[in-house]
Amino acid sequence: MNALLEVQGLVKRFGGVTAVDDCSFAVEAGSITGLIGPNGSGKTTVFNLVTGYLPADRGQILFDGRPVRRPDPTRLARRGLIRTFQQARVFAQLTVLENLVLASPQTWWQAGKPRVGAAERTRGEELLAEFNLAGHANIVAAELSFGQRKLLEFAATLMSRPSLVLLDEPTAGVNPVLIETIESHIRRLHDEGLTFLVVEHDMPLVMRLCDPVIVLDRGCKIAEGPAAQVQRDPLVLDAYLGS
Amino acid sequence: MHVFIQACILGLLTGGVYALMASGLALGFGVMRVINVAQGALIILGAYLSYTLYSSLGIDPFIGLLVLTPAMFVLGVVLQIVFLRPLREEEREELSILVTWAIALGIEGILSIAYQTTYRSTITSYADRSWTVLGYYISVARTYAFVASIVVLVLLFAILRFTKLGRAVRATVQNPTAARLLGVETRLVSALGFGLSVATASAAGAVYGIVFPFNPGSHYDLISRLLTIIVLGGLGSLGGAVIAALGMGLAESLFSAEFSPTWASFTFFVVLIVMLVLRPQGLFGARVRGAI
Amino acid sequence: MQNLFIFTLMFAALGSAWNIIGGYSGYISLGHAAFFGVGAYAIGITFTHVSIGSGYRPFYVLPLVGFGVALVAVPIGWVAFRTRAATFAIVTITLLFVVQQLAYNLRSITGGSQGISLPPPSFPVATFEEPFFYAMLGVLALSMLASWWIRGSKLGLALLSIRDDEDRARGLGVQTGFAKMVAFALSSGLVAMAGGVWGYYIGFIYPQFAVDPLVTIGMVLMVYLGGKGTLWGPVLGAFILVPAQQYLAYRLGASNLYLVGYAAVFLVVMLLLPRGILPSIAERARRLRTRRLPPDPGRGPQAKEVVAS
Repeated sequence: MNALLEVQGLVKRFGGVTAVDDCSFAVEAGSITGLIGPNGSGKTTVFNLVTGYLPADRGQILFDGRPVRRPDPTRLARRGLIRTFQQARVFAQLTVLENLVLASPQTWWQAGKPRVGAAERTRGEELLAEFNLAGHANIVAAELSFGQRKLLEFAATLMSRPSLVLLDEPTAGVNPVLIETIESHIRRLHDEGLTFLVVEHDMPLVMRLCDPVIVLDRGCKIAEGPAAQVQRDPLVLDAYLGS
Repeated sequence: MHVFIQACILGLLTGGVYALMASGLALGFGVMRVINVAQGALIILGAYLSYTLYSSLGIDPFIGLLVLTPAMFVLGVVLQIVFLRPLREEEREELSILVTWAIALGIEGILSIAYQTTYRSTITSYADRSWTVLGYYISVARTYAFVASIVVLVLLFAILRFTKLGRAVRATVQNPTAARLLGVETRLVSALGFGLSVATASAAGAVYGIVFPFNPGSHYDLISRLLTIIVLGGLGSLGGAVIAALGMGLAESLFSAEFSPTWASFTFFVVLIVMLVLRPQGLFGARVRGAI
Repeated sequence: MQNLFIFTLMFAALGSAWNIIGGYSGYISLGHAAFFGVGAYAIGITFTHVSIGSGYRPFYVLPLVGFGVALVAVPIGWVAFRTRAATFAIVTITLLFVVQQLAYNLRSITGGSQGISLPPPSFPVATFEEPFFYAMLGVLALSMLASWWIRGSKLGLALLSIRDDEDRARGLGVQTGFAKMVAFALSSGLVAMAGGVWGYYIGFIYPQFAVDPLVTIGMVLMVYLGGKGTLWGPVLGAFILVPAQQYLAYRLGASNLYLVGYAAVFLVVMLLLPRGILPSIAERARRLRTRRLPPDPGRGPQAKEVVAS
């Protein structure tokens, strides 16, 4: 098994606060890896560092075996690393279909082509059908409910056929039925070969879905392993209960 | 060497005034997450008011400061409540640029009507005098201006450090969500913080008016220079702004002495371009929220 | 009367061009008049330094001016786009100021504060204004064509996504840098062409009028009044404001009131009608036609934060 994503010695300081403190871990290809930790453990900061939204003070990131110099969201997306956000961010002024088409890889000489090409429309509509958003293709995204936006955001990440998807609290603020839906999508895509790194607070979900689970506390990794093992780890319990 | 040190003295003295001007801008951004495009115009407004107090009532500008600053504080609070608070959260960032720009234009327009476009200067009795220390000329007016700037800056730092308002402002700057959760009235703090930044602008303006000639259109020049200072120092860093301001004062003065006075103001733009290309987050800016 | 039309067309063209970057991408350029001035000076310089001759020739130079300015706008844009939102706006103000300073200081090229004087073309007196009218109409048509084509294209999609959520667009692999640059260059070139026609029409090019913040204010206000991000919004805005402004100038005379007037209208529009006329009408119509879904509770003020606590 090879590591699709490897993080070595990441450090990030904000003023006097060290949010990420010499953090190292690896995400195996073909896994659904969980990333958990109490509030303030630096999970989202790690996401931001890995995806290039924040520059790290120190440390190295390797994607697919190759080092990522000066991580940049756009370049990483083209290399096959896409993330979602906690707040179900979609492009509110664009239609659902346009939201998807935007996410598919474009070259600069296609800039003048019409917004939605025929092939893209087909693929987009297929994806919408998979995510139960069929028929919503031409609705402005602003009119979707929160749950629908989560699904749209998720669907959009798949348009460019990435190899690694980072999910930032995919079930936050979502009703139980939708949690099941999202979970089944993750499993299905995982079976098709997609690797996931999931930040989550929903423990039962993490236990069911993720293997391995990485635990962060105060910016560094304190435990790693199968879900059941991590759950019993005294360091982990201490981190959660003690904080 | 003599010229060099003379230029340094002049540069530092001017830098102090720049520091005061820039601090208001840095504060406004830190609190409101909004770059107040009107900051230059507010400084000029302060300059004109101070000038009027002096030329009509004979009140020395440094004394006039004591009256002007609280008045402008109130103005700042009113401006924030009337024009910035009503903006909806989603559009706030975009619209606040235009709103503050409109305020700047409004101020420029009103000042043009009231004072015409001739250049003014608050010429006090000591305006032309200078001391001679060790063979160097030290302008009296500029020294007073420098001292006043330092005093106001220290006062500002003290307010931020030791008063309840100051702590609330700093908390809001560092983490608005946490601040709100801790019971800080963010809306009130935004209004008061903005008032503070406008009050600083008026003090800066009073000081500015003694040292430099100004007219209603001067705010473009000012805001451009302040932008360079803020970008150099790093957005959101008050201390960085002060250091950057002193640095730019020095740089401009040295360039003027060594090369050409006409092009001296271009040091600002060159530095701006260099900073934007090499290190957009500034020398001291903490990369908060990943955006300048 | 022709005069009024020409200025209305000019601002409509300027507004449409500004809309390409400001309206579609949300990057508000408050110094666009800099390019207007450069365009005007470019025409002036071809007269004095290259002696292009009079008549219709300057009009043929226009596309070259537009293209040249667009090229120059690329490095400028590259530096400016290292910033976001409000900082970008101030950077563009700085740009305007710098260009104005250059216009004053580079005396050998621009004539400094004496400006450049263009000999009046030998058009027949009766139809003197017509060539300028058609030239400006041409620039307007070009602007609107560009605006229309962009909004229907992938480039337009990218720009709109930048306006909505640039961070996320980057994260999805959208070439945001390229999109912004193209829009900025196109917009600048078009504005420069309008400036060129204006320069030739007015006949004298002074720094304070050619590189004038009032021009930026005008074009931005008209776009926001009519509806930013729409195709016809800027045109509507121009057709409302330019005649109004000319009328007021005729009645009131004082030009300092312009600023206060502009500022007041701006504030009113921002606070009461931030979307502008056309979109507000469209919104009303849509609301009457369809039943809206209930407001979404998931839509919170935190939507733009990348760094969570």
